[in-house]
Amino acid sequence: MAVEVKIPTILRTYTDGAKSVPGEGANLAALFEDLESRHAGLRSRLITEDGSLHRFVNVYVNDEDVRFTGSLDTTLSDGDAVTILPAVAGGSLDPRRAAPTR
Amino acid sequence: MLRLPAPIYDAIIAHARRDHPDEACGVVAGPAGSDRPERLVEMINAAGSPTFYQFDSGEQLRLWKEMDAADEEPVVIYHSHTATEAYPSRTDINLAQEPGAHYVLVSTADPESVDFRSYRIVDGVVTEEPVERTG
Repeated sequence: MAVEVKIPTILRTYTDGAKSVPGEGANLAALFEDLESRHAGLRSRLITEDGSLHRFVNVYVNDEDVRFTGSLDTTLSDGDAVTILPAVAGGSLDPRRAAPTR
Repeated sequence: MLRLPAPIYDAIIAHARRDHPDEACGVVAGPAGSDRPERLVEMINAAGSPTFYQFDSGEQLRLWKEMDAADEEPVVIYHSHTATEAYPSRTDINLAQEPGAHYVLVSTADPESVDFRSYRIVDGVVTEEPVERTG
């Protein structure tokens, strides 16, 4: 399924500065693999070593947070709009209990 | 150097005091590339915690889309520390992902006074900058 992916400022180093890139995949996991093939290194900023979505990265498909639609199993349709935003978070909490994104 | 209009500076402090002892958080948007913070947007702390803050993901998307449509960007991202100093914690540094933003920290640890500071956080490096309350 062909979709358009909006890339946040901090990840544009992987897309040569592009704010939006095309991608394909039947679901989000497949889309990220597809993006990785053209933007090496991007996938590791989105998915942790254990294969799940980074806790402090928000991904939306048509404005819905994918944490509510099956996370990486979220299915995609032609023309879907995918948006990636780093979660704005922080605080005085001990970092051993708040895993960083990298 | 962060120049903040007085009403916005004061409103950030008021927000931090109002939400104490939970951490308060929000954004000041401004025209993209201008470095002028002009529009204060208080955000809900979805964590509702005295030691952690996180924007609600839906609210954050709405705001980011709004800014995009208005050719704005988040010039300031602010939050409060309610029992510790107004300095970025390890968590703050690890999670800072808007390299163009001024990260404002307000400490409400002392009931008599508020400490208001601003920092740039880029690639894990923290640099404090002076704050000017203008007008």
